[in-house]
Amino acid sequence: MEKTKLSLYQYYREMLKNYIKDKSELTLYSAQQFSKEMIEKDMSPEEMVSLHLSVLKELIKDLPQEVIDSYDLLLEIMIGYGLAHREHLSLRDRQRQLDSELTVAARMQKSLLPSKPITVDELDFGIVSVPAGKMSGDYYHYMEDDNGNIGVAVADVIGKGVPAAMSMSMIKYAMDSLPEQRLQPAGLLENLNRVVERNIDSDMFITMVYGTYDPKLHHFYYSSAGHEPGFVYRASQNKFENMDTKGLVLGVSSKVNYKEYVLELNPGDFIVLLSDGVTESRIDGEFIERYQITQLIKKYIHLPAQAMVEQVYRELEKIQDFKLKDDFTLLILRRNV
Amino acid sequence: MNLQVDVQGNGKKSVVKLSGEVDVYTASVLKEKLNPIAQEAEQLIIIDLSDVHYIDSTGLGIFIGALKTADKSNSSLKIIGANSRVKRLFEITGLNEVIDINEDQREEV
Repeated sequence: MEKTKLSLYQYYREMLKNYIKDKSELTLYSAQQFSKEMIEKDMSPEEMVSLHLSVLKELIKDLPQEVIDSYDLLLEIMIGYGLAHREHLSLRDRQRQLDSELTVAARMQKSLLPSKPITVDELDFGIVSVPAGKMSGDYYHYMEDDNGNIGVAVADVIGKGVPAAMSMSMIKYAMDSLPEQRLQPAGLLENLNRVVERNIDSDMFITMVYGTYDPKLHHFYYSSAGHEPGFVYRASQNKFENMDTKGLVLGVSSKVNYKEYVLELNPGDFIVLLSDGVTESRIDGEFIERYQITQLIKKYIHLPAQAMVEQVYRELEKIQDFKLKDDFTLLILRRNV
Repeated sequence: MNLQVDVQGNGKKSVVKLSGEVDVYTASVLKEKLNPIAQEAEQLIIIDLSDVHYIDSTGLGIFIGALKTADKSNSSLKIIGANSRVKRLFEITGLNEVIDINEDQREEV
């Protein structure tokens, strides 16, 4: 219903007249409806007060001068409220705009990650990576190279949200610019470290683990740049071992040499790589212990790797009331029997 | 969470005593206090972590930033009193190779 200024005035006059006469709940209810409509029409609080005063002057002929004067004060105060209200509206618009920009950015970020699953007969592969907010500071990568070897990486940028996400794309582009042929893990990290060291804020850093799996020899070669150590599961003993890792985080010093490790996998053995969003999960305020993570993995060991990581994620998410504190990435690479 | 930063110095040596948690919420407080000290030439900066029970990665970044600044100004950075969880963080990230993490709890100015 479109109301002109005049009809607005008349409508309010009727309402006020009725209320003064019968003080009914019904009139109060129509006042509520009226206020909603006025908010929609962007009527400011001071305009509303001034409308009230005009109507009041008409309805009550001998309105005392003191009452009329007191409205000056009220109007002045309402102007303040009006400003705050308008600011709120413009902030709300800006937030909607930022939200939609973030959504686009998050979609772009997803496109940086591999989308096709690994299909190599010798391997069973699973990955789950979930940001705490819209954008992630975790990065993962997997690919099959021309020689049939599988490269996998998990990286974690300090912090989370947009700044972390921007650094994460740096890793992606730096990796893309490396020569196509198979890079040894240590050499790859040394290359990336030089890029990161030159391009990152002085109090930021990135941790990363990179490995290649040779499906003919069933060897997993890997190096770590200060990354949370992963696990290797030994099927014959039904036991997890910590992966040895030693190496400085990316971005601290330009001259770093990384050590390369090798693991031999027997049928049923698997590698677990993770980000610290997994190890910094809290149960009742206490950090989860590493053995609790391996216990959880063991619980789902009969499932394919993808189902395993998803189940572990779901359980840790549930324990934390579905509120992730940090970006969460968990990757499993299992040698098929 | 809170972080208290007490600085005591005598020309060439500063002891920065931290109490609380060094994390994403308190990192800026630490950076503000630590940076000017690290910029001074030829300083020995000792960071006492004996009353710090938790450091997250953002907090760790502040130490890295301070280390880089100290290197540029020919100063050196030393960390004392880290608990086992904090020490593990320095070991995993390899920072124990570039920052001196001493076992000693006490260091007098």
